Amino acid sequence: MSKLRYALYTGCTARESTPELLKSTLAVAKKLDIELVLLDEASCCGASHLQDFDDFLSLVLNARNICYAEKHGLDMVTICNTCQLNTSMTKLRLDENPELKAKVNEKLEEVGLVYQGTSNVRHFLYALIEDYGLNNLRKKVVKPLSELNIAPFYGCHNIRPSELHHHFNRSKENPYNPTSLDELIEALEGNSVDYEHKNKCCGFHVDLQAPKTSNMLTGTAIADALDNNADVMVTPCPLCHLNLDVKQKAAMKTLGRDLPYPMPVLHLPQLIGLALGCTPEELGLKHHVTEVPV
Amino acid sequence: MKVTLKVFRFNAETDYLPHYDTIEMSIDPRDVVLDVLNRIKWEHDGSFTYRRSCRHGICGSCAVKVNGRSTLACKERMVDMIELFGNELTIEPVSKKRVIKDMVVDKADFWKKYETVKPWLEAKIDEHPTMENIIPPEEAEKLEESDYCIQCGCCYYACPVVEVNEEYLGPAAFEKAYRFTADVRDYAKKERLEIVDILGQGVWDCVKCYECAQACPKHIDPIGKITKLHNQIFEEGVAKSNVATRHAVGFKKSIEKHGILDEGHLVAYSEGIGVLKHVPEALEMFKKGKIVMPWNMPKSKNLDEIKKLVKISSTVKF
Repeated sequence: MSKLRYALYTGCTARESTPELLKSTLAVAKKLDIELVLLDEASCCGASHLQDFDDFLSLVLNARNICYAEKHGLDMVTICNTCQLNTSMTKLRLDENPELKAKVNEKLEEVGLVYQGTSNVRHFLYALIEDYGLNNLRKKVVKPLSELNIAPFYGCHNIRPSELHHHFNRSKENPYNPTSLDELIEALEGNSVDYEHKNKCCGFHVDLQAPKTSNMLTGTAIADALDNNADVMVTPCPLCHLNLDVKQKAAMKTLGRDLPYPMPVLHLPQLIGLALGCTPEELGLKHHVTEVPV
Repeated sequence: MKVTLKVFRFNAETDYLPHYDTIEMSIDPRDVVLDVLNRIKWEHDGSFTYRRSCRHGICGSCAVKVNGRSTLACKERMVDMIELFGNELTIEPVSKKRVIKDMVVDKADFWKKYETVKPWLEAKIDEHPTMENIIPPEEAEKLEESDYCIQCGCCYYACPVVEVNEEYLGPAAFEKAYRFTADVRDYAKKERLEIVDILGQGVWDCVKCYECAQACPKHIDPIGKITKLHNQIFEEGVAKSNVATRHAVGFKKSIEKHGILDEGHLVAYSEGIGVLKHVPEALEMFKKGKIVMPWNMPKSKNLDEIKKLVKISSTVKF
């Protein structure tokens, strides 16, 4: 297999409130001999909120981010479900609408850039599954996760709307019964926990204006994982992670449930890194508010 | 082709708890889910109850859930269900907590919320018009097929916010509001936008989970309309300064300043004095190295480009 190279769009959260996500992504890529070129020029994707305010501006900014991946001649990988949604949605809209693409390029040309549409945009999860391959990943496992019951929490924007994701990923995830994370857990020799809320919403996007709604959704997911004997949860989305990890106590309080034990919530690359033999320091496990016993 | 069906059964008049009937059945792959519902009633239990009417995907009455997926029973082919989920299928009503009998749910809350947005055209029409009040084709396109909604409730009952917030109007009502706010003949645009702008019941409480878009059997994309309503709220000057609107605007301000978000400042800008309630949480995060101090705030490389693009590409003022 030739060496895999991608342009990494980190998103904002991995640079700020989840530094462990960027750290563990880089550690895992190194272990797997995948080259990640950081897109330091990139801006925020708008996280679906800028889109509520100024749709055209969000298109221009997301197109600019893709331009930098194109400049490197690389496909872009994301490590946040919401970044993935907004970036891929921009790409699809521009690629399917030459008039809109021209309007966006008119702005980009003012700063010497042109969006062409030559880079694919995928979440790191699907790049790993589709390009690296689960069988190859399995061969790299040095610390099998066989002692762990792991509850996958998929996060909305990696599975819905399915038409969008089927457009960018060869893996045709069924949003009502997603399997990619489960298969990845099995490849790491962990026990994937099947539970009803694995494909539900954590409520992150209304944390500020509707904290009760957000807490109810987060709490319900954690309670469901607990009731199905999960030792740990794992998510490919740092926004889901913030709700499940940082807001865990508040969410359970709103739900009216006591936690028999705190539920550690790992980022996807942290879980992979554990199985590949990365150290807790390399994976930034000390950055979790809900402690990860290692 | 053989399937094993788990069918939800409950009679609000006689049952304390619901149960599931397990039925094995040979089906023709060309069958739709409604054919299966009919056979359950005709061949297994005549008391089995469900709604159906048009048989052509336009009345919306036969909506049920198959393995958690909202669907119009008369439209959904069994072969597609089996391809998605295999040969073991669970058939349930669209909302178990609203069940009257088996697949029949009480849609009173749905209709009440639907009416809140005034689902009719408010136009000044002469009492004795001499011609039709027509809409030009290019204007009709802006409705983006929103008038194809059949009020089946699939999006509403798939929405997680509806389940935890009784005030929330839900995607079907928002989709219908957009149907008229996007119609050039309508005179009640601002009034409708004010209704959907209210925190608690309005569009700001949407969690952006895309369940509604996934569930809609007519592919109308309710969340796309919700986003359009957000845009119109700003464009029409209806937006009030509150935590939700400042949150949206804060993204632009933060990107303009740093390229990437200043997460801490965004929360403070959105919340105003209310930010104080986040202090305990912030302290926990600070102890774990999850808060970037203002003097260490990272910025995007080539920030001047971003600043220029924000300046020349912004289409909305607030």
